[in-house]
Amino acid sequence: MKILMLGWELPPHNSGGLGVACYQLCRALSTQGADIEFVVPYKADHAISFMKVTPAHPQGVTEVQRAGSAYDSYKYIYKDGTVKSIDIFGQQQLYEEAVNDLVAKTEATYDVIHAHDWLTFRAALRAKQLTNLPLVIHLHSVERDRAGGGFGNPLVREIEATAMQMADRIVAVSQHTKDMIVQDYDIPADKIEVVHNSIDREMFEELDDANAYRYLTALKNQGYRVVVNIGRLTMQKNLPNLLHAAKDVIERVPKTIFLIVGSGEQYFELIQLVANLGISKNIVFTGFQRGKNWRDAYAIGDLFVMPSISEPFGLTALEAIGYGAPVLMSNQSGVAEVIRNSLKVDFWDTREMANKIAAVLQNDSLRDTLHANSLAEYSGLSWQPSAKKLLGIYGQHTSLQGTMS
Amino acid sequence: MNKAIVLYLHVHQPYRVRHYTIFDAGVDHRYFDAPYEDRTSNERIVHKVAEKSYLPTNRRLLQLLRDYPEFKVSLSITGTVIEQLERWAPEALQSFKDIVATGRVEIVAETFHHSLAFFYSREEFEAQVAMHRKKIQDTFGQTPKVFRNTELAYNNDVAQWADKAGYKGILSEGWDKVLGWRSPNYVYRPSYTENIRLLMKNYKLSDDIAFRFGDRNWAEWPLTASKFSHWLGSTEGATNFNLFMDYETFGEHQWDESGIFNFLEHLPGEWLKTPDHTFMTVSEVIDAFEPVDTVDMPHTVTWADTERDLSAWLGNTMQTSAIQALYDLKDHILATGDLVLIEDWRRLQTSDHFYYMCTKWFNDGDIHAYFSPYANPYDAFIAFMNAYHDIRFRLIEKGVVL
Repeated sequence: MKILMLGWELPPHNSGGLGVACYQLCRALSTQGADIEFVVPYKADHAISFMKVTPAHPQGVTEVQRAGSAYDSYKYIYKDGTVKSIDIFGQQQLYEEAVNDLVAKTEATYDVIHAHDWLTFRAALRAKQLTNLPLVIHLHSVERDRAGGGFGNPLVREIEATAMQMADRIVAVSQHTKDMIVQDYDIPADKIEVVHNSIDREMFEELDDANAYRYLTALKNQGYRVVVNIGRLTMQKNLPNLLHAAKDVIERVPKTIFLIVGSGEQYFELIQLVANLGISKNIVFTGFQRGKNWRDAYAIGDLFVMPSISEPFGLTALEAIGYGAPVLMSNQSGVAEVIRNSLKVDFWDTREMANKIAAVLQNDSLRDTLHANSLAEYSGLSWQPSAKKLLGIYGQHTSLQGTMS
Repeated sequence: MNKAIVLYLHVHQPYRVRHYTIFDAGVDHRYFDAPYEDRTSNERIVHKVAEKSYLPTNRRLLQLLRDYPEFKVSLSITGTVIEQLERWAPEALQSFKDIVATGRVEIVAETFHHSLAFFYSREEFEAQVAMHRKKIQDTFGQTPKVFRNTELAYNNDVAQWADKAGYKGILSEGWDKVLGWRSPNYVYRPSYTENIRLLMKNYKLSDDIAFRFGDRNWAEWPLTASKFSHWLGSTEGATNFNLFMDYETFGEHQWDESGIFNFLEHLPGEWLKTPDHTFMTVSEVIDAFEPVDTVDMPHTVTWADTERDLSAWLGNTMQTSAIQALYDLKDHILATGDLVLIEDWRRLQTSDHFYYMCTKWFNDGDIHAYFSPYANPYDAFIAFMNAYHDIRFRLIEKGVVL
C-alpha cells in the first residue's frame, strides 16, 4: 500500500500536536507495511527513516524558512534572491501549487491520498483531480475548535466543507470531532470514521533526577503544589478561564504555582490579566519550550489542566500522564474518550474548575490515585489499532478502483 | 427433618453528599440537600425507591404473611433510611410497620449509620449500635437479638464483640475460603465465643435471585419459584437456606419487568408444598438447630465483589485517607456536644460514601456505576472531602484548635 500523505509539519519542526500525531501514526502504519511519502511545505532534516519525507516548494522558490510556530508567517526565498514573508493562508495556497507540480511530474505510483487538516486540503483535492485516487482526509481539528467555538474564518470553513464533500472518506480523531463535523458541515455520519489518536511511548525520553525548574522544586519542598498547562496561548485553549479559576484556587490554597508553558497571540493579554487579578506571584510563564524544559514541566506538575473550549483530541493530556501528572480536562475534549480516569469540567465553569484543582492540591491521595489509574489506561494505549483501522479504510476504497499514477 | 428458608433482607439508603464544592465549605453546611432534580438528591431517590421497591414489595410480603402462617422474614433497616422514610415517604415506613406488626418479621441489629466504625473506633461503633436499637424500639416496638455488621463485614473480633454484647446470633457471608468443606446450610458457632451462633449467607442461591435473576444470558434464566424450590428441596443434608440480600433487589436492582415480584409471590406456595418445608427468622433458626461446627475467621470477610473483603470501601488511598481523616476528628466532634454537628459527622461515616470512591471497577465501566450518583469516583471523593473540610471549619468556629 503506497500512500501519498499530505501534512503540514513533522517533529522536531512542529508547533503542536498535529506534527506529533502524524509522525506517530505514520510510524505505526509503516510497521504494518504501509509505504508512505509524506509531503511537507518546507525543507528540513527530520531524521526519519520509516518513510520518505518530501518538501513541496512552489516554482521558483529555493527555500522556505519556518518561523517558531506553524501559524506565523514563513520566509520564502526565491531564485532571484527576493525574500517574501507569507502568511498562513498564502502558504496554504503555495503548498497547493507545489503539490500540484509534484504530483504532475512524479513517476511514483500511489494507491491512496491521505491529507491532514485544512492546510493541506486544497492540495489534496488537486492531487485527487490529477490522479483520480481515493482521498482520505483526516480532521485533527475543525475551524470551530480553533475559533474557540465561534464560526471562525469563512474561507477556512469553505475549504474544509469542500474537502469533506469531495473526499472519499473522512477520519476524525475523536467522537467529539466527528459530532462537530456532522453538526457543523452537515456530513452524513457514516462517511466519517473515528480513529483515535494515541501515544507512542517509545518516543518518551526518560526524566533525569534534576528537574529543570529548580525554583519550583524548592517551593514544592516547602509545601507548594504546581498546576501545569502546556499549549499554545490561543483562544481555543481557554487560558483566561483557567487564570480566573487560578485566582479562586490561590485564595484558598495560597501555596500554589500555575506554570504556563507555551507561546501564542494571547501572551501579552494573559500577562495583563494575571496582573489585573493580582496573582502575578503565583503564575509562571515560560514561553515555548522543547526537550528537557518541556518534559520537566509535566513532571513537576501535581495536576495538568487542559481547559480547552474544544479539544479534538488533546495529546498533551497523554504526555502529562506519561510524565507523571494526573489530568483535569474540559468535557469538550476528545482524549476523554480514551482516558476515563481524569477529572472533567465544563470549559466555562471556572468555579468548578477551581473546586477540582483545589481538591487535587489539598489531597495527595486524590492526585496519586487519579494518576495511578490514568497511567494504567495510558499504558494500554497504542497507535497500532488506529493504524490497522486506517489500513482497513484505505483498503475499502482501493479495492473499488484500479491504481493510477 | 425440617428444612427452613431464612429470608433476610437489608434495607438501607445513605445520605448522599450533594455536589459540594470548596466554595461551599465554610459557607453552607447542608451537604446532604441536593436540588430535587440532581442525581444526588436523597429525597428524589427515596421517592423513587419507595415507589419501585418498598411499597410494592411490602404489599406482597404482607399478603404472603396473611396467606401463609409459616412465612417469615428477617429485616435489617438502617437508621439513615428510617429517618429518610419518615421525612419523605411516610407511607413506605408505615408499610414496614405493617409487616412487622404481623409478629413474623424479625429486625436485625446493626449500626444506625451503616458505618465501618467497628474498624476505626469501638466507642463510636457501640454508640451507633445503641442508637439503632433505640430507633428500632421506637419505630417497631422490637428489640433486635441478632447482629449484622455493615456490609456483613465479619471476623472473629466482630463475633466476640457481638457475643459479649449479648446477641444470640450474627450474620456473615458464606464465602468458600472461610467455609472450606463446610456447607452454609447449617448453624455454626464462631471461634472463641461463648453463646453466639453464626449464620452464613448461601451466596450462590442468594445471588441467583439478587444478581442473576434478570440476566437473560444466564443458563438458568428464567428462574421460577418452582425451579428454585426444587433446587432447595433436593439439596441433601441441609437445615437452613440463608438467602441474604439487599431488600432493594425487589423492584430496584431487579425491576418489576424482570418478573421478580411474581417470583416472590409464588416462592412460599411452591416451597411449602412439601410438608417438612418451612420458613424461619434468624432467631428461630438459631433456636431450632444446634451448631454443627465452629468457624474461625481471622480476616475480615464482607459480602461484596469477588474479593469478599473491604477493598470496595477501603481499597485505594482516597478511601483510606478520607475515612481516617473523618475518624481522626472524633474526639473534637464528640466534645462539642453539638448534636447537629455530631449527626452530620456520623452521616459522613456511612459506608456508601467510600464505595462511591472505589476505582477498581471504574476502568471497566462496570455495573457498579449504576449504584453511584457521581460521574466518577474522583468527583465522589472531592464532594466528600469538601464536606469534611466544612466539618473542620465548624470545629474551628467553636474554638477548637486542629
